[in-house]
Amino acid sequence: MGILEVKNVNKRFGGLQALGDVNLDIQENTVHAIIGPNGAGKSTLLNCLIGKLEPDTGSVTFDGQPVLGRKPHEINQMGISRVFQTPEIFNDLTVMENVLIPCFAKRDGAFRMHAVGSVASESDVMETAEKMLSDVNMLAKKDVHSGALSRGDKRRLEMAMCLVQEPKLLLLDEPTAGMARADTNNTIELLKEIKASRDITMVIIEHDMHVVFSLAQRITVLAQGTPLVEDTPEKIKGHPKVKEAYLGEAAA
Amino acid sequence: MLGLRKSDATLLLFVVAITILAPFILNPFPTNSAMAQFNGGYPDLMQRFVIFGIFAIGFNILFGLTGYLSFGHAAFLGVGSYAAIWMMKLLTMNVIPAIIISVIVAGLFSLVVGYISLRRSGIYFSILTLAFAQMSYSLAYSVLTPITGGETGLQPKNTDPRILDTLFGGGGAGGRANFFGLDMRDSYFWSVGDWSFVFNTGYYVAAILMIAAFYLSIRIFRSPFGLMLRAVKSNQQRMNYTGLNSRPYTLAAFVISGMYAGLAGGLLVAMDTQVGAERMFWTASGEVVLMAILGGAGTLIGPVLGAGFIKYFENIVSKINESILQGWFAALPDGLSDFMVAVIYPFIGKGWHLTLGLLFMLVVIFLPGGLVEGGQRIAALFRRKPKDNDGGMSAQATPAE
Amino acid sequence: MDAIILQILNGLDKGSAYALIALGLTLIFGTLGVVNFAHGALFMLGAFCAVTLSRLLTLSHTVIDETKTDFLGNPLKVDMPYVNDIFGPEIGSTIIDWSVPLSILFAIPVMILIGVIMERGLIKHFYKRPHADQILVTFGLAIVLQEIVKYYFGANPIPTPAPDVFRGSFDFGAAVGMDPNVIIYPYWRLIYFAFATVIIGAVFAFLRFTTFGMVVRAGMADRETVGLLGINIDKRFTIMFGIAAAVAGVAGVMYTPINSPNYHMGMDFLVLSFVVVVVGGMGSLPGAVLAGFVLGILESLASMSAVIDLIPGINQVIIYMVAILILLTRPRGLMGRKGVMEE
Repeated sequence: MGILEVKNVNKRFGGLQALGDVNLDIQENTVHAIIGPNGAGKSTLLNCLIGKLEPDTGSVTFDGQPVLGRKPHEINQMGISRVFQTPEIFNDLTVMENVLIPCFAKRDGAFRMHAVGSVASESDVMETAEKMLSDVNMLAKKDVHSGALSRGDKRRLEMAMCLVQEPKLLLLDEPTAGMARADTNNTIELLKEIKASRDITMVIIEHDMHVVFSLAQRITVLAQGTPLVEDTPEKIKGHPKVKEAYLGEAAA
Repeated sequence: MLGLRKSDATLLLFVVAITILAPFILNPFPTNSAMAQFNGGYPDLMQRFVIFGIFAIGFNILFGLTGYLSFGHAAFLGVGSYAAIWMMKLLTMNVIPAIIISVIVAGLFSLVVGYISLRRSGIYFSILTLAFAQMSYSLAYSVLTPITGGETGLQPKNTDPRILDTLFGGGGAGGRANFFGLDMRDSYFWSVGDWSFVFNTGYYVAAILMIAAFYLSIRIFRSPFGLMLRAVKSNQQRMNYTGLNSRPYTLAAFVISGMYAGLAGGLLVAMDTQVGAERMFWTASGEVVLMAILGGAGTLIGPVLGAGFIKYFENIVSKINESILQGWFAALPDGLSDFMVAVIYPFIGKGWHLTLGLLFMLVVIFLPGGLVEGGQRIAALFRRKPKDNDGGMSAQATPAE
Repeated sequence: MDAIILQILNGLDKGSAYALIALGLTLIFGTLGVVNFAHGALFMLGAFCAVTLSRLLTLSHTVIDETKTDFLGNPLKVDMPYVNDIFGPEIGSTIIDWSVPLSILFAIPVMILIGVIMERGLIKHFYKRPHADQILVTFGLAIVLQEIVKYYFGANPIPTPAPDVFRGSFDFGAAVGMDPNVIIYPYWRLIYFAFATVIIGAVFAFLRFTTFGMVVRAGMADRETVGLLGINIDKRFTIMFGIAAAVAGVAGVMYTPINSPNYHMGMDFLVLSFVVVVVGGMGSLPGAVLAGFVLGILESLASMSAVIDLIPGINQVIIYMVAILILLTRPRGLMGRKGVMEE
């Protein structure tokens, strides 16, 4: 049994069937990519997993626990972190503060009234955050206003914010969208390092086949809201159905 | 010092020095000079400086940190005042129980209002708080007259029970508001040459509380809680996807700022022992918004400066009338002096609100960091350090100085 | 029953004012996305347009009336308005009598001009800034405007009567076959209601049937797309701001006989108008109008003695209570579109 199980999930927007009977079984410690043409329902699926959308029917379980109906912060506390298409960070705060916030969330839970001691005196949290920043090579920029970072740096910062929580599952929504080739390759390397250095499951939604085939161990092809096939990258590459639905467009 | 980093400790010492020396600082002109009308060092005004300073510091914990713009904070100040006066009527004219109860009651009331209002954000939140405040004001004026005294308001009477005072005999200070026998209205006058300085009991009681309130706000700003509040302002969505529940954080900030407002309300009563519903009117809520933003929302010292600035204007500049102006320009040729008076007059005296409104607009448009940012920019002009850019950055990142 | 009808009628004129102000607020919010706290000030400025015109019309010079004498037997000095000199005494005094309705003609161009200046000079720079900043800067502007009016017109309310013919009351009860002298309603309030209906109808017709209106409505729904079509939406939005200002202005003009204008009347109405907009649904024009009338009438009904005996003070707080209830149960308001500032 996988760490994340999606069973018979359906979602309609008015007359549009965005997701139709989606079943997924994502194995622990794998990198699982979900690909598909535009409008296949990839983002809708991801939003259902993190509590942003509520599916009409079906169930999602993580680590044996139901996910649906929980609030975003509860889902995160279960061990699911998310990287957004455009990096979502705290633009008004420094890089260090950006990483401190998830550290506190990890240590103290969803809410803790901690109003008198100073942040600087929380040495354990400060150490964790600094270590994380040095892992992603951003320690030198820790006092920089994060709104002023380059897009690549923002992406790395967002990853650092997710990783410092030691999530069991990391959801990545087109992590290289809009990036130059060099940045994309850096991101691939970063993700490979992350995967190699810890036990973590990743679900990636991605358009860029280069990224998908560099990272994924399993691939699910989604078309018109329904999973078409699920297999290893090698088999997906040559799969006729996939060519027809997805790669076919480019091949023709 | 006191668990503060160096720059914060310096700031705190500065505030302590200013408040203790206020009777001197605010009375720089000899009593009989023409400039004496600019002296602000009389008890009533000095008390207002620190009390509204507390109000603005509290408002800033909510607005400056979380970005939630409340347009109803005067309601908490008013509720605090009513609670305080009832304590004086029923228990004792000693101000301590009155101040404690005002903080508690305002805290409870803000818990209820905040719990409901914080279910919405942005403009909806502003209007919900405004609606609650107007509702409280209307009720205080009409149905709740038995509790609030309606239009006439409340003041202590000789027929009040004052249980503790009767029990322990007299209550001291002849039925006046007191601090363990020290009459809040007692003042010590000290004349040096042509100068005269007033040291007032009530002022120092309020000043000590303001320093405490300021110290606490520094601790909150620097705490993990303060960091979370700034996270709410910066990106609430990321915060929720980071496993943090933003609702209790904002509610806690709302209640804390409500308690500050209650403290200010209690202190107002401790000084002049009377309450009327007009202090809950929405323009009073607007005033604290002006104070915080004019001084610099999100900075530590800004709201205190803003409160001082507005109260000084309200009490000093508003008293300058046409004939005083004419006196100033008497030396100029006739036509020119008339012209100067005509140009300046609309902006001072009774027209000081106009100046205030204009200043406020200018601050919102050009100086989002308020007077504090203005000061920093001017200082930067003089300093011309090579590390200028860096300084600007960290100032924004840690809104403190 | 009589009392209820009377209160509903009483609610209509206040409701009309709420609806007109809320309509303008919604036009501005819907098209420009700006929360305008100075809109009440525009209502107040409109009212003072009426005051200004009536003062202009009664500008006088002193003449000696030979036919009358004062108590010392000297010939009486009387003020002779210039209008009388120009048009003769009869037409002159009729013009003065009708100064309030005439002010509409005066107020429309003035208010459009003020609106356009406001939008180009200030509001334009705040489109991309947070709503809190918009609230704050327009709040500052409202203070400035009302202080300017206070400086020139003083702090006291200035009585500005309706034309003589409308000063009486209309016996509504007798007209519908009930007892006379029970439901009496001043003519001017009826006129105000009719006037509001016409203005509201005109605004809706303008938005629905003209090309200009269609572009604006499209812009309200999706500004970016309309911009992509190569239509200069900004210019149209400026004009919309002018129109919204004019609507608030004429609402203020016509309200002067009901309530003598003073410098803070704008703020008094603004707070309630915002509540109205929120109840109606942020960005919904029909919602604003509906909520304006509903709340005006509810407020009126709640001040019936029977109701007050039952729930003391309800008349003071009913509007706010309705607003709080609506916001909590149906955040998009009565008729608001989904997703407009819901969170």
